[in-house]
Amino acid sequence: MLAMEYRGPKRVRAVQKPMPEIKHPQDAIVRVLRTCICGSDLHLYNGNVPDTRVGSTFGHEFVGEVVEVGSEVTKVKTGDRVLVPFNIACGECHFCRQGMFGNCHESNTEATAVGAIFGYSHTAGGFDGGQAEYARVPYANVGPTVIPADMDLDDAVLLTDVVPTGYQAAEMAGIQTGDTVVVFGAGPIGIMAARCAWLFGAGRVIIIDQEDYRLEFARNYSYCEAYNFKEMNDPVVFIKKITDWMGADCVIDAVGAEAAGNTMQTITGRKLLLQAGSATALHWAINSVKKGGVVSIVGVYGPTDNLVPIGNVLNKGLTIRANQASVKRLLPRLIDHVQNGIINPKGLITHRLPLEEVADGYRMFSAKLDNCIKTVLLPPTANQ
Amino acid sequence: MKNKTIDPKQIKGWGIDADPKNDPTYPMRDRMNVGEDPDNKHRPTLQPTHQVEKLRSIERPNISAVYGTTVPPKGLSGMIRRAAFKYSENRYRHWLPLVVADRVSVVEGVVDDLMHGHVPNIYAEKGYPVEWKHNRTAFITKMATIALATAGVVALLSSGKSKKKSKKKDYLSRY
Repeated sequence: MLAMEYRGPKRVRAVQKPMPEIKHPQDAIVRVLRTCICGSDLHLYNGNVPDTRVGSTFGHEFVGEVVEVGSEVTKVKTGDRVLVPFNIACGECHFCRQGMFGNCHESNTEATAVGAIFGYSHTAGGFDGGQAEYARVPYANVGPTVIPADMDLDDAVLLTDVVPTGYQAAEMAGIQTGDTVVVFGAGPIGIMAARCAWLFGAGRVIIIDQEDYRLEFARNYSYCEAYNFKEMNDPVVFIKKITDWMGADCVIDAVGAEAAGNTMQTITGRKLLLQAGSATALHWAINSVKKGGVVSIVGVYGPTDNLVPIGNVLNKGLTIRANQASVKRLLPRLIDHVQNGIINPKGLITHRLPLEEVADGYRMFSAKLDNCIKTVLLPPTANQ
Repeated sequence: MKNKTIDPKQIKGWGIDADPKNDPTYPMRDRMNVGEDPDNKHRPTLQPTHQVEKLRSIERPNISAVYGTTVPPKGLSGMIRRAAFKYSENRYRHWLPLVVADRVSVVEGVVDDLMHGHVPNIYAEKGYPVEWKHNRTAFITKMATIALATAGVVALLSSGKSKKKSKKKDYLSRY
């Protein structure tokens, strides 16, 4: 089968690989119909996630058709079209039973700090991802969700990560009616977080980024104010100024390890890997939220340390909430929102490429070429 | 384009999920401690463990019930990874060798390609064609900078070598 293959930092290609097999009685094999490149794939692509092995296939956002099931699979059957949450969750462990499907304890042998994620290095379990014609999907009774008949596959594929992560970012921010919410990062997740902040009753939503085309997109898609931090002397002072010098009620970090905007963070975090990525957005979030406010983190960082002003977290009495999205927990509500026209996931898609052009897709997304917001890859099997 | 003032109530879905009780929110909201969980030792059906070499975090007592079977450790990078997994996730001795192993495996990957008669098309694998198409000026500038820097380093190293050689000649010529 055709699959994306990682060859080293900023080097990927499409190659022929063996078909995935059932390895566990609750496995399913899925023929991939749509798969996306995610902003967090760029951490892998740039070689910033430890234990990202050459030969791995990335891709944690995919939908497809079930073509084979293991002997214990009862919830899906051959022929079902399913959306596959990006986290691999058993549904039975102590954490899954609390709805923490992003923190499953029975899917990742290599690390305890993170549950398994499709195609996201051996630190996240060593599973191949969905940027391929076929994928092995463990715990098929738990994760894969049958796509409603009237739902567009382009909407469905964004329900595997982008929509739940954006929604959960807003949820974790504990937004109360009338709150001012600042979102750092106008990538797909940040744009979705800004859109979802309104669902929780925000009174004002502001998004900050350095790419004008993304800010323009966010203004239209998320109905929010959008500002370019390159035009500011200091983003924190700017936010204080536009919030009556108090700071925002809630701030969402939707950037993570690839943040720009601070030379010291960029060099130590992204170039020298002396930190677990550049924590510029998180630094700004802590300093621009009001006293007693909430910082919600969905931007992805590595497993080691970051330089952030933790003293200000104490002195300002902040609450920090963070997690990988619990996709399975959120899906019923989010499917409703999509079907009722409240959220329009496919409106984020700007590019479609055949899987064979995966190297171009990564470069385009990484270098923000051609006003790229979200890229969907179409495997040859998608047309069968 | 400038920012427009908007009445939030005009936005479709505004406040639909508003919940004054959403504090504390997920993931704290439904917290359950281990003592409250009568079934905390329960495990799903186990994947057979002989399928592939699996490195295990020493912060857990067992292999997880399912596990990925792709790209088992091999070669020099595999040796480094095995050594890294002797330490916990709490230690740099775990993570830094893994980063080194990742870089070693890039070289191993190129060697592996060549041994299989495949010369990797690094230009295409890096997605340069699309950068050439959409970002040509910056791409040329970047490539020229890299070429100049490389040429500079090569020139510096070779001048050092020739100095050493000439010194050696002088030394010998005295005898």
